[in-house]
Amino acid sequence: DQLLNRPRSLSGPSGKLTLLCDANTDGSFLVHHFLSFYLKANCKVCFVALIQSFSHYNIVGQKLGVSLTVARECGQLVFLEGLKSSVDVFFRAQAEPHPLQFLREANAENLQPLYEFVREALKPVDDGEAAWRCPVLLVDDLSVLLSLGMGAVAVLDFIHYCRATVCWERKGNIVALVHDSGDTEDEENNILLNGLSHQSHLILRAEGLATGFCRDVHGQLRILWRTPSQPTTQRDQSLTYQYKIQDKSVSFFAKGMSPAVL
Amino acid sequence: MAAVATCGTGAGSTGSVVAAGSKNHVTSFQRRGPRASGSDSSYSRLVSIAGTRPSVRNGQLLVSTGLPALDQLLGGGLAVGTVLLIEEDKYNIYSSLLFKYFLAEGIINGHTLLVASAKEDPADILQELPAPLLDDNFKKDFDEEACNHKTAESNIKMKIAWRYQLLPKMEAGPVSSSRFGHYYDASKKMPQELIEASKWHGFFFPEKSSSTLNIEPCSLTHGYIKLLQFIQNIIYEEGFDGSNPQKKQKNILRIGIQNLGSPLWGDDICCTENGNSHSLTKFLYVLRGLLRTSLSACMITMPTHLIQNKAIISRVTNLSDTVVGLESFIGSERETNPLYKDYHGLIHIRQIPRLNNLIYDVSDVKDLAFKLKRKLFTIEKTDLGYSGI
Repeated sequence: DQLLNRPRSLSGPSGKLTLLCDANTDGSFLVHHFLSFYLKANCKVCFVALIQSFSHYNIVGQKLGVSLTVARECGQLVFLEGLKSSVDVFFRAQAEPHPLQFLREANAENLQPLYEFVREALKPVDDGEAAWRCPVLLVDDLSVLLSLGMGAVAVLDFIHYCRATVCWERKGNIVALVHDSGDTEDEENNILLNGLSHQSHLILRAEGLATGFCRDVHGQLRILWRTPSQPTTQRDQSLTYQYKIQDKSVSFFAKGMSPAVL
Repeated sequence: MAAVATCGTGAGSTGSVVAAGSKNHVTSFQRRGPRASGSDSSYSRLVSIAGTRPSVRNGQLLVSTGLPALDQLLGGGLAVGTVLLIEEDKYNIYSSLLFKYFLAEGIINGHTLLVASAKEDPADILQELPAPLLDDNFKKDFDEEACNHKTAESNIKMKIAWRYQLLPKMEAGPVSSSRFGHYYDASKKMPQELIEASKWHGFFFPEKSSSTLNIEPCSLTHGYIKLLQFIQNIIYEEGFDGSNPQKKQKNILRIGIQNLGSPLWGDDICCTENGNSHSLTKFLYVLRGLLRTSLSACMITMPTHLIQNKAIISRVTNLSDTVVGLESFIGSERETNPLYKDYHGLIHIRQIPRLNNLIYDVSDVKDLAFKLKRKLFTIEKTDLGYSGI
């Protein structure tokens, strides 16, 4: 994983929750990276894509070297296209519970149908053949669920249930993106972000530069390794890099060491 | 003259619609397939639709916003299938002008329009659209030849006014414009025959509010539900979502929604801080879902300066694709500031989408001001922002 410049191994302990967070900038490049990374690593991926369409991820994925259509066809990728399904759910009553059922309801209590969908998608294949490696749940992004009427607690519950199934039971990983609304007093979002930060093993935080827009440095990435289950006798490790996004990759460099400056 | 200056580029770019230099071009039409309809085959043969062009960067199909200057700032135009959110200026003067430019561009290009408003009757809005900028000489030539004349004859007539040959022929029938992006004269009205020849659907909320709902009550306000149903009906019935592949000519549906979020729509987020905080965001989400699965583009103007709960504004921004904010100088202390005397306001490009790409076109210029001269709305770079204002 030379793009991200840090030790990364799938054979290491799995069952991790990685939190992607963006503040004042667009952190979607992280989502694209993880999607292509896990697909290339032969994992079974369930991608809950709430904010963009399938073709968007597919086209960017092709630039990064994976084909989502092929992965979907051979069963490696289960893709929930939020935008398209929302139209189906909203305008036509569905016979069976739909993962985005809460769009039709005035006061949806919880995200259980969505959880059932994830659980079903990452079910181990019964024919004895271990075709794929550990299951992965990828969500882009959780803040949209708040905009659609779910409370922060419901979303936290959803992640909790998913962790129990995906991380603990199936030894998989979860990667989720949450926006950091900064100073715009979005309390629900802050609750969600803080709650997830405490549960995560790895936090990747993409921030815009404090000095504003710059053409050569698009932002700053802070990486924080945590061990939520153990008491914090050891300090959490943290690293900061600045980055520039290019057409097919992202280049990272230490603070102030942008090639444009040197 | 500005109109002629862009003629060359306009003609050039349409000439290169089929032969665009980018190596992604062959797949660009196939890319449109999964997005707009289930069957790729109908879109792999996609011929250029009037008034659209593929983006240079990623082959995305673009339509003009009606303001060539704004098109340039947005990376070439507004991508089909996306939402352009205009944050209104304080008195809704310039944002309604942008709204009209958007609709006027649709009429000139022969797109189908869907105009939704809670304040004005869509028919009235259409009457007030600005006229496309043509020289008076050309208008005389045009008036002499009726739309039934063949193109060959009109070519001959233009020997003296040859510059105007490149301008679109103003026909009462479906207009196939050879240009992308037109200039409009804000002081004149769009000719009546063009408006009548165009295809449009209007949604005037006070008229529709009485009919019954056939959807379960969810947290959307009544107005938004009806508007979504209306939009979905039009998209489905007229085949913009590719549901009727036998339709003769593909076209774009331009949706314009005015003052979304204002109390006139029945939403109270502008009145109180603890209003219905999910209605508008849910509406935007389902609307975007509709747009992504059809050949349409939407411009929404929203009085964000009135929304009491700031969290909603950031959520709305995250749920829109392109966000442009207008700030007019009227009534503010900047109006009398001598540094700003040439301009009418500032324009802020708050968000540009990264569609099908990791990167996006972003202009280096961050301080932009606009002014409305007698005929033209221009956007210019200003470095007045550094003057300590």
